[in-house]
Amino acid sequence: MNRLETNLPGLSMENPIMPASGCFGFGEEFAKLYDLNELGAIALKGTTQEARYGNETPRVAETSSGMLNAIGLQNPGVETVINEKLSWLEKYTVPLLANISGSTMEDYERTAAALSAHKRVCALELNISCPNVKEGGITFGTDPELAAELTKRVKTVSHVPVYVKLSPNVTNVTTLAKAVEKAGADGLSMINTVTGMKIDIQTGRPLLANGTGGLSGPAVKPIAIRMIYEVRQATDLPIIGMGGISSVEDVIEFFMAGANAVAVGTANFTNPFICLELIEGLEKWATEKSLSNIQDLHINEVKTS
Amino acid sequence: MKKNNMTIYSNKKIANSIFEMVLEGEIVYDIERPGQFVHIKTADESPFLLRRPLSICDADKKAGRMTVIYRAGGAGTRLFAEKKAGLSLDVLGPLGNGFAINGTEVGKRAVLVGGGVGVPPLYGLAKALTTKGINVVTVLGFNDADTIFYEEKFKELGDVYTCTVDGSAGYKGMVTDVMKREHIDCDWLYACGPKPMLRALECQYPEAKGSLSLEERMGCGIGACLACVCHLQEDPSGREYRKVCSDGPVFPWREIAL
Repeated sequence: MNRLETNLPGLSMENPIMPASGCFGFGEEFAKLYDLNELGAIALKGTTQEARYGNETPRVAETSSGMLNAIGLQNPGVETVINEKLSWLEKYTVPLLANISGSTMEDYERTAAALSAHKRVCALELNISCPNVKEGGITFGTDPELAAELTKRVKTVSHVPVYVKLSPNVTNVTTLAKAVEKAGADGLSMINTVTGMKIDIQTGRPLLANGTGGLSGPAVKPIAIRMIYEVRQATDLPIIGMGGISSVEDVIEFFMAGANAVAVGTANFTNPFICLELIEGLEKWATEKSLSNIQDLHINEVKTS
Repeated sequence: MKKNNMTIYSNKKIANSIFEMVLEGEIVYDIERPGQFVHIKTADESPFLLRRPLSICDADKKAGRMTVIYRAGGAGTRLFAEKKAGLSLDVLGPLGNGFAINGTEVGKRAVLVGGGVGVPPLYGLAKALTTKGINVVTVLGFNDADTIFYEEKFKELGDVYTCTVDGSAGYKGMVTDVMKREHIDCDWLYACGPKPMLRALECQYPEAKGSLSLEERMGCGIGACLACVCHLQEDPSGREYRKVCSDGPVFPWREIAL
């Protein structure tokens, strides 16, 4: 019996733990440390039609129990991702979730069509919530109508299920979730980073070259838990939960809030072995609790009255 | 590369805000070259998520020890300063590519230039070069007399020129001023320090052989997060880049846009 086996649209996973997009590159660095097939899945680095350098440095700034980043979607472009990164990943069997971004709807469509046609890509993660690029990204993630139209158009061209990655930088995340569900999304992943800023008091200037950045790490976990909980009350779509996960207890909390799988982001930077440790720890916990499958966990676990 | 607990053998203040920490553990045996670095967690449970990249100053494989030098400037590194001998630290390393010295020829002279906390990796390099039979001249730049460290240690290995920005010790001025005044010419030039210093060196010695080591804010330290990227001189605003952590931190002169 595999207590951790998790089946979501497009993603048949041995366990529900995956590294989050942007925190794991395309896996090459971590493949030197462990067997990538141990992971439930891998959310690949955000990919755009053309190659991007991203923002100037400094691109990261540490904050209390968190980290701000403003990488700016640096990636080699969809062609190189297919020819080099995905070809390299062919030697693994771990399911791949390809994260896509763009400046226009046409960009998203082209990137989605190309990546989803690759035999190693099992699902797409539509990034409509990157706070660190000037065009596209988050503008699609804060307007329910635009988010729905983009989802519909990507769904039309995609060969694989589409997960929409939601932004926490909205007043009502449920409205967005419902909008993309209606437009045909197969799942949700949430949350992306929370827009923030840090000022260097010596210079009086923002520490990040980009001015603002996305806050991640344990500092944002309560926001993620609350938003996943809210969205779970409004939809049955599968949710890949993320935001500050760094312990088995965190994973359990995300499941209780309503997540069906989790992604681990910033914690990979502190401990490159964190995903493996969480998989092992979760397996042990599920065995101790005699839970036949981890998916049984979130049902009616949270009582608000 | 390993993630291991290393035991603090000693941890002492050697100049104003500057500390020298000697660590014991398996990671020492994996060190290949001077100029590599380790990525250290500040505490088990701390509000500081990111590790701190510290260059390896010296390694003694016989004793199983390595030395790192850090400036306790921020709240995270001040936590290091409080640690007593006997405690252990979570260390990832060794990381990065160090200084390549195989091109240097015996009997030639290598000039090593360090600025502030850029000085430490040059000590291991100076030892490696002198062991190979290369004459080493070191130029050390500090802010003031209170922040000078390792001057005596470098003197054991060759001539040392020390300068301070405020003139409170040694020559007054920048490393490049001293080098011009003392007519220090370089067959091989190695440097580590702030970018303006590296830029000035590259300007003054446009033909130099050797390499430079960069300091940069880092996230993962292993090349995945793209926090520490830099542009190339041949493509200063384009899409080509190098990662300081995994492609560097040591690069040939004239490769990186400084």
